[in-house]
Amino acid sequence: MAEALALRHISAGYGDTVVLEDVNLAIQAGESISVIGRNGVGKTTLLATVMGHTTLHGGEVTLGGVSLARVPVFRRARSGIGFVPQEREIFPSLTVRENLEVGARPGPWTQERVFDLFPNLGARLSHAGSQLSGGEQQMLSIARALLTNPRILLMDEPTEGLAPVIVEALAAVLARLAAEGALSIVLVEQNSRVALAFSARTVVMDKGRIVYDGASAALAADGERLAKLIGVE
Amino acid sequence: MTAPPTGWSDHPAARALAGRHRLRAWEPIPWLLALAFYFAFPKYLGFGTEVLVTILFALSLDLVLGYAGIVTLGHAAFFGAGAYTVGMLAKHGIWNEPITGLILAALVAALIGLGSGVVLLRTQGLTLLMLTLCTMALLEEAANLAHDYTGGFDGLDSLPIAPLLGWFEFNPLYPRTQYLYVLSVLFVCFVFVRTLVYSPFGQSLTGIRENTLRMHAVGAPVRRRLVLCYVLSAAIAGVAGGVWAQANAYVNLGTLGLDRAATVLIILVLGGHGRLYGAFVGAVAYMALAHFLSKIYPTAWQLGLGLLLVVIALFAKNGILGIVEAAVRRHAPRVT
Amino acid sequence: MTSAPLLETRALRRNFGALAAARDIDFRLEAGARHALIGPNGAGKTTFINLLTGVVRPTAGVILMNGRDITAVPEAERVKLGIARTFQINRLFRRLSVLENVYIAVAERVGAAPSMRRPAGLRRDVVEESMELLDTLKLSADAARRVSELPYGRQRLVEIAIALGLEPRVLLLDEPAAGVPSAESHIILDAVERLPRQIAVLIIDHDMDLVFRFAQRITVLVSGAVFATGSPREIGANPDVRAVYLGQVARG
Ligand SMILES: Nc1ncnc2c1ncn2[C@@H]1O[C@H](COP(=O)(O)OP(=O)(O)OP(=O)(O)O)[C@@H](O)[C@H]1O
Ligand SMILES: Nc1ncnc2c1ncn2[C@@H]1O[C@H](COP(=O)(O)OP(=O)(O)OP(=O)(O)O)[C@@H](O)[C@H]1O
Ligand SMILES: [Mg+2]
Ligand SMILES: [Mg+2]
Repeated sequence: MAEALALRHISAGYGDTVVLEDVNLAIQAGESISVIGRNGVGKTTLLATVMGHTTLHGGEVTLGGVSLARVPVFRRARSGIGFVPQEREIFPSLTVRENLEVGARPGPWTQERVFDLFPNLGARLSHAGSQLSGGEQQMLSIARALLTNPRILLMDEPTEGLAPVIVEALAAVLARLAAEGALSIVLVEQNSRVALAFSARTVVMDKGRIVYDGASAALAADGERLAKLIGVE
Repeated sequence: MTAPPTGWSDHPAARALAGRHRLRAWEPIPWLLALAFYFAFPKYLGFGTEVLVTILFALSLDLVLGYAGIVTLGHAAFFGAGAYTVGMLAKHGIWNEPITGLILAALVAALIGLGSGVVLLRTQGLTLLMLTLCTMALLEEAANLAHDYTGGFDGLDSLPIAPLLGWFEFNPLYPRTQYLYVLSVLFVCFVFVRTLVYSPFGQSLTGIRENTLRMHAVGAPVRRRLVLCYVLSAAIAGVAGGVWAQANAYVNLGTLGLDRAATVLIILVLGGHGRLYGAFVGAVAYMALAHFLSKIYPTAWQLGLGLLLVVIALFAKNGILGIVEAAVRRHAPRVT
Repeated sequence: MTSAPLLETRALRRNFGALAAARDIDFRLEAGARHALIGPNGAGKTTFINLLTGVVRPTAGVILMNGRDITAVPEAERVKLGIARTFQINRLFRRLSVLENVYIAVAERVGAAPSMRRPAGLRRDVVEESMELLDTLKLSADAARRVSELPYGRQRLVEIAIALGLEPRVLLLDEPAAGVPSAESHIILDAVERLPRQIAVLIIDHDMDLVFRFAQRITVLVSGAVFATGSPREIGANPDVRAVYLGQVARG
């Protein structure tokens, strides 16, 4: 299998502040992983670094074997990376339809398919993004990323604010996508139960480093180890 | 962490908050420079006085724009109101004592600020910008029409301003009194603004600037605070206008015009808004540049100035002081 | 006459164009209540809190506090009456420090905010109280940092700190635990637990662990209308609620 995304010896942060230290991570095409960890350990920073939103102090990010070092931020989104940011970042003054059309590219994901998954969006097409409820904004952010028909999908706590039934539906869709091997997914998730169930492989972060990278099942079975890693008090 | 027995006053956050109003080591420098200028450049005191007045005017704008986040393009309305108050009272022989004249100028400007603020500050953003502009244009037109009182387009000149403290004459050809007088007025107003922005009231103004919606949700009477800030700022702008009229012994429609309002905005942004001393840096930089460029390139100097401003706007969002702060931060050891 | 509830709504309604985001909601919140409001996305939960706090004006209906009609009272004055809330989508003073964020709220409550003379940092009472509050939310170590530099989960806790700084009698929490890792959401419940018992707390959240641990009573809102109200046991066992909202999450 080809490597979809790889981070090698990454050290990155904000300005002079270094958050990530010597992070190494490789994801194969069609593979899915979950990333968990306490507050502030650098999960968002990890995804932001792939997207080029942080200051890179060292190391290299490659997408499909090609270095991203010289790829400007706006082109990364077009090179097949779908991104669902933690703070949603929808366009507040655009309508739902306009939000979805920004950056959309042809592929298996169409608006109809997205509305099947999130019926709320289909019913609010002409609403401004800012008028949506919190959960609807989250749906919009996910839908927008799916409609770019990415090869790799980075999602930062996408279930936040979604009702349990919707989380179930989303998890089912993502699992199906992953099983088809059509897409690589990096899921940052605060609920370790959801995360461990989602993918076969889980990465645990602590203080800017990867402290576990292995089978989800092994972690799920070893409650004590998990507690130690993500700090249940 | 649990509360230390002595309370939290030693916590870095509490120390930063309790220490930020303290006088910094470099703060006397601009004032000493202003005094040194008086002795070093006796020929340029007219220019110096103009700069000091502009600093005062920019400072008043900083209060509303930099701290409370009110975007206005009509601040010259208050400058002009102050200038015309002094000018009309003096010209018509009603009142010409300078210090009380300034107080009257402040009062008139504050009243106009109150009247317009109560209405205008219901709006925000572009609407507010347009409305402040319109208010100023209305005042300008009124001053133009009331020819008998204001001198119309020609303005009022040779204002008979009484000697300062009954002793020091305002000599238009040799403006030593003017310079020191304006410097003192600037100092008093500066101390007032400085105290204000570091007070809890000033803190709540920054809160309004950062997130107005949240301020409502913590129970702050947002509009009342904004109006109050607007009135105080108008009063200071009125003082600036009044002192300008006294120093120059004339007043004209230019004190009320868009040109003046736009220039002071540019000056503040150039120096760095929301920073107290941005008004100083901006006014000095802008006026010195304009002065020298116009000597070197009498026809095209505004082009050069414009280009410089574009560069600043593009690369230094926080103005000259912003660049300085970033440099200092880079070289100072990181506080953790 | 039975004593009036702390907060009550009668036939409260709000339309956004053709959409009824709140449909004739009758709701009571007693002193000391630990109440949860759940329902699908877009059901109108946030709108209901916006109505209670005066952010949004009702199309029809009344809101009473201690029996007094407060429907026309503006937002800031309702805060003075003791209603405080957090926001589902952060509304923080992003470029100010964590301490300043809480300071602003506390200064407003104790009446220090209009003062123009004393430097803000010398109001020791306000600073002490703000720091104390941050400490209960395990935020004191971050107090000097700019909010925008905090990880998202900590920003969510600042949201709560600001609301607690208002010492409310009615506390409305709109998805307080969203974005806070499940291992740390207990910080929020602990902070709520430390509040005086007579304070009424209404919580919205999609984290059912949290909701069922916290609530003594649950109201389910669907399409703007009250769909069911009951004890956690009743709601968890209600097959209709499972179908529209809970899904497979097992409750009993
Ligand atoms: N803009 C910024 N400037 C400086 N430091 C920052 C900035 N954003 C984040 N940080 C710091 O980087 C570290 C990692 O933050 P990050 O947002 O990646 O955490 P996270 O694991 O995503 O947390 P959460 O679970 O709360 O979302 C934290 O210590 C945070 O304070
Ligand atoms: N200002 C507005 N204009 C138009 N429609 C609005 C406005 N505010 C909310 N709505 C609509 O009203 C409905 C209820 O929104 P609300 O935010 O109350 O939902 P919610 O129950 O809080 O949902 P969530 O769980 O996703 O946060 C949504 O469908 C939303 O699109
Ligand atoms: Mg994060
Ligand atoms: Mg909501």
